[in-house]
Order: sequence, then structure tokens, then C-alpha cells
Amino acid sequence: MSPQQTLETGRPVRAPESLTMAAALNAAIRDAMVDDPTVVLFGEDVGPLGGVFRVTDGLYAEFGETRVSDSPLAEAGIVGTAIGMAMYGLRPVVEMQFDAFSYPAFQQIVSHVAKMRNRTRGKIPLPIVIRIPYAGDIGGVEHHSDSSEAYWTATPGLTVVSPSNPADAYSMLREAIASDDPVIFMEPKSRYWSKASLALPVQTEPLNRAVVLREGTDVTLIAYGPTVKTALATAEQAVAEGLSIEVIDLRSLSPFDDETVGASVRKTGRAAIVHEAAQFGGYGAEVAARLTERNFFYLAAPILRITGFDIPYPSPKLEEYFLPTPDRILAALSTWEWS
Amino acid sequence: MSLNVENPSLTAVLAPPPLRLIDDQGRAVPQDESGGFALPAVETLLGLYRQMVVARRFDVQVTALTRQGRLATYPSALGQEACEIAAVASLVPQDWLFPTYRDSIALLTRGVEPKDILASFRGDWHSGYDYQQHRIAPQATPLATQALHAVGLATAAKLKRDDTVALTLLGDGATSEGDAHEAFNFAAVWQAPVVFVVQNNQFAISVPLDKQMACRTIADKAIGYGMPGYYVDGNDVAAMYAVISAAINLARNGGGPTLIEGLTYRIEAHTNSDDPTRYRKAADVDLWRSRDPIERLEKYLVAQGALTDEVRASILAAAEELATTTRECMTEQAVIDPLELFEHVYSTPRAALAEQRAFLAAELDGDAAASAIANEESAR
Repeated sequence: MSPQQTLETGRPVRAPESLTMAAALNAAIRDAMVDDPTVVLFGEDVGPLGGVFRVTDGLYAEFGETRVSDSPLAEAGIVGTAIGMAMYGLRPVVEMQFDAFSYPAFQQIVSHVAKMRNRTRGKIPLPIVIRIPYAGDIGGVEHHSDSSEAYWTATPGLTVVSPSNPADAYSMLREAIASDDPVIFMEPKSRYWSKASLALPVQTEPLNRAVVLREGTDVTLIAYGPTVKTALATAEQAVAEGLSIEVIDLRSLSPFDDETVGASVRKTGRAAIVHEAAQFGGYGAEVAARLTERNFFYLAAPILRITGFDIPYPSPKLEEYFLPTPDRILAALSTWEWS
Repeated sequence: MSLNVENPSLTAVLAPPPLRLIDDQGRAVPQDESGGFALPAVETLLGLYRQMVVARRFDVQVTALTRQGRLATYPSALGQEACEIAAVASLVPQDWLFPTYRDSIALLTRGVEPKDILASFRGDWHSGYDYQQHRIAPQATPLATQALHAVGLATAAKLKRDDTVALTLLGDGATSEGDAHEAFNFAAVWQAPVVFVVQNNQFAISVPLDKQMACRTIADKAIGYGMPGYYVDGNDVAAMYAVISAAINLARNGGGPTLIEGLTYRIEAHTNSDDPTRYRKAADVDLWRSRDPIERLEKYLVAQGALTDEVRASILAAAEELATTTRECMTEQAVIDPLELFEHVYSTPRAALAEQRAFLAAELDGDAAASAIANEESAR
């Protein structure tokens, strides 16, 4: 499917417009609410304010309090009540406001959202989307820049995705809301204001697929969410060094697209994964392990992880030393023996 | 050193007597002491009596099966029948019940077959009944988490303009959990048609209520959330039924949530793996045995001439029949397919899970082949 292929909803394709990721997410929720009266939206400040990142801007005015509402400030309550609503046939879309503020909801997500289908032998599906603005690089104060993806990807029963651009943001959120499975929808805060010209409604690759964003022959550089931009910049910078980097945007962290990523790694023979989250026990460890298990005899070098350090996310003046950069990635790649 | 609050100004305020309609001796409480609640009709009370007797027989039977090692575990509700049966009897078919692991007799009373209740305690699967048919959520183990689900479902019903009410059962220990606070608050703010029935059986496994909270009653907390709260004698099924029914009517008519505390006692251990002699006195248990909810109602019904020997015999026969059914369902082995492990995790198949399923299938085939060879050899 081409990135600009339209959804088969009967919805007329609008004229192309320049949209930020935040605006694309907003359009996705609005269109989903128009198409499906069971979609409801609630969370902290998502009503008249339109969310602290304005992702829900205008929805309260358009759909009213019965479908868009500010909830009490309690994340377990938001997710827990969303479960009951989903049991009664609604499709709740809830917001956690900031990554680290999702932790009070951990029990509801891990013990109920993830397990309900399984423990009821498929009789109670939970079509819930839990939107989590995540990651750093926005000068956020403490608890506003965590990358919490590994908590969710380690939990069977959850689908965990993260868009890196406005087109995917729209298409993936539409698909997440339409899914009968609960989806942890991780929105990279630093990309909220990135722009693209889009003719909505846009449909990109399916939710569970990774995409090769830039073809290359020497190295497969794997990224998702906020680090896709970093990976693309790295590939551009590497051209001058005579290095051809293939960039993969995972999009879906769980499930992992072994087919697309494995094919690339078998082609290039070298791979590295880039994420903001700490390295130890991080998502990159799973990627490196499974790619190695499945493609060992194609590999010319160990798979590298270029990640945040194994420390709590730093304060604003120090985050530039923490985040992976093209220079740091290229330096890591240069540690391989190149024959 | 004790970490408990020692300030007498906070804790010396005695709890008021709980609301009751039939006293310990089986006598109707005078109308001016009944908090404005009418004593349910004799036929209603006879129905509740029947349900309590049958439920207790089931509970005793399942506890026996657990002691025989035939169930993985079973949290008994012996002594709490008035709370459990009053809650279920107050519901109509379109309402939803959100129970915990201790509320199996509530499931039974709402019509779930013993074999379906026991599926989880036998270890066949985590949960085993038809939730939509009975309108009962899976029994929750993480404390108070299901209260939020009840609030969410009730709110969804309100948004759809259905007159469905959700009732959730909680224990006294669960009220210490953050999810209980969030559920009470969300329900009150959203005016959700939900009823919280807290069975204060006075112990969270081994921890007594005075180590859970420093206020007089759990029901007192309702005022902090802006909803009605009732402190009720949880061994008086007449009072529990009257108060819960009134709360459900209020919720159904747009009046929002109610918090009801039933003061009762857990006669049995927490589960079969618990040893209550380590934390409570036999005399206390005996005292509460003497306050038995079934015996109390029986005295009242006999005095009213409603419980004849004939009626009693028919109820006991029904209870025995259920006990037999319960024992018999243990002899039927549920069909357990290990490959079903992979079926209900996601709505859409995942390649990685398909690989793991194939791995287990090959292992099972290998086991089958190996045991076939072994059988062949032993036959020689």
C-alpha cells in the first residue's frame, strides 16, 4: 500500500494540508468519532482545554460532554472505568497525559486490560486505546520525559505502537481505535509539532508492520517514535563517510515485524537499534536477541544498541548528553570491524 | 512501636449501632429504629432464606472438596450469606454484578452452574462462565480493581440511556486500596448508577479492620465522596436487602451511587492455606457463629408461621441436591487443550505466537509418540 492510499470509509478525500502530528492525531480521533458513535474520549484536561498538547482540541465542542469528558485526576480510575465502558460496548480512547503519569494505571493495564480477553476465553474483548505521550527532548521537567515502552511490550495481551510522522499518526490511530484489542498508543512528544502535507483520510502500512524508510546496503538502523528522525539524519550524515544505511521505522513494537526487519538484516548483515529508553532490559535487548537468534549466520557483527544511559531521565540542561545523536550512532557503528 | 493512630480524639468515637430490621433474637425492630426502611414482605424473606440455605450448602460442600485436595483453592463466604444473597436478590436481569474471588455464592444465586463456578478453582482456566448471559464480570482478584470496572460499565449504560445498574462487592481490606478511592470518587462525580456493597468481615486475611483505617465505619467515608452511605448489620438479610434495593432504585432513577457497609464476619479461614488461629480467638469466632444470619431469619420466619417443617424440608432437599450436583461435576474432567493457551491473547493472529504454538504442538506430538512406544514395549 502506498502511504497516500485512502481509507475505504466513503469519506471524501480532503485537499492536502500541512498538518502537525498533533493535528493528525486530532483528525484521527475526530473522524473515528464521526464514523463510530461508540467511540468515547476522556482523560485529564482533554475537554475544553483540548489536552495539554492540544491533541483533543475542539472535540469537546464538537461532540459534547457525553462523548468527550474531563475525568477526575486519577489514571487507574481512567483506565479502570474505560474497561467497564468497553465491556458495555463502547470504544474508549483515553489519555495518560505524560508517560510517567501512566504508572498509577499500571495494575489496571497489566492485570486487566492485557488479560481480560485471555481469562474470559475471548468472551470479553477490550477495544481500548490508551494514548501515552512519551519520551523526551522537549526540555521537560522530572517525570515528563520517560520512555516506558518496555513495561508494556513485556506484557502479553497488549499491542504497543508508536508513530514517527503525521501520516502514520493518523492512520495508526484510526486502526488502533478500530482494533478489538487494547492498544498502547505511544506518541513521541518531541514529534508533536513535526509537519507533513496530508490529504486526509490517509492510510499507511498496516498497524503491525515495520517499514523501510530509506534503503541502504551496509547497515540496518532500527528506530521507532522519536528516534526515527535521528536515524534518518544519521543515514544522511553517513553518506559522506561512504556508508549506506538502511533505516527501518518499527511502528509496531508489539507485535514485532520479524519479516520486514529480518529481511533487511539478512541483506545488510549488520544492525543497530536506537531508542531513548535506558539500555539494560530495554526494548532493544529483545530486538537484538531475536534478530540474532533468527539471523545469526547472516550477521557480520554483533547487533548494537545505541540508547539512553542506564540512568533516570535527566533534567532539561542535561538531556542533550543523554539522547542518542547521529554522531554517537556513527561512532558506535565505527566500533565494528569493517573488512 | 505501633504505627497506628493513637490520638483518642480521632479513634475514641464509637461506631453507631448498625442499621437492622430483624434483631439477633429474630424479632422485628420497632419502626422508629429502622432508619425509614420497611421490613420486606414475608414471602420475600422466605425466598432470601431459601437462597441463603442453598448457598451455604454449596459453600460447605466446596470447602470440603478443597480440603480433600480436589480444588486449587476456595475462599469461603460462610457467615456472609446475608450480604451476598441480598446483593444478588436486589438485582434485575439487565443489571451487572462485579464480584471478587470470595463471592462464588453470589454467582450461584444469580444462576451460574456449579461446574462453571468451579472451573477457575479447579484450575481449568482463569474464569469459566458466560459473562454476558449472567451479566456477571469475571471474579476479580486484585483488590478493588473491579469497582472501577463497575463504575465504567454503569457510566456507559447511563450514556446509552439504558436503565442498567452495576453492583460491586468489596471487602473491608479492599477499601484501603487506591482503586477503591478512585472508584468511589469517579462514581460520585459522574453520578454513575452503581452500588458499592462492602462486606466488612473484619479481616483482610489476618489484618483486623483497626489496622486498615482510623475512622468509625467504612460507610462514614461516603460523605467525603458526596454520596449516601449506610452502615448495616450485614448478618440481617432483611436490612441488607432493604437498603441495597433502595440504593439500586436510587441509582436506576438517576440518583447516583451509594456506599453500603455490611458488618459481618468471615467464619472460615481466608482460604484453605490460611491458619486463622494465629491471629484471632476461637471465642470471637464462636460469638459470631451465634449471630448466624440464617438462624436469625429462621427464628423470625418460624415465629411468623412462614417456615413450616414441610417448607424447611423442601429447602434442605434442594440444598442437598445442589451439593450432589456440585460433587458430581468434580468427577467430570474438563477437556483441556494445551494449544488453547494461544487462542485468546489477541483478536488477530500473531506470527510469533503461531511459532510458539507449533513448538508446543510438536512437543505434545513427541510426548504422544514416546508414550505410544512405551505402551507398545510394555505390551510386549
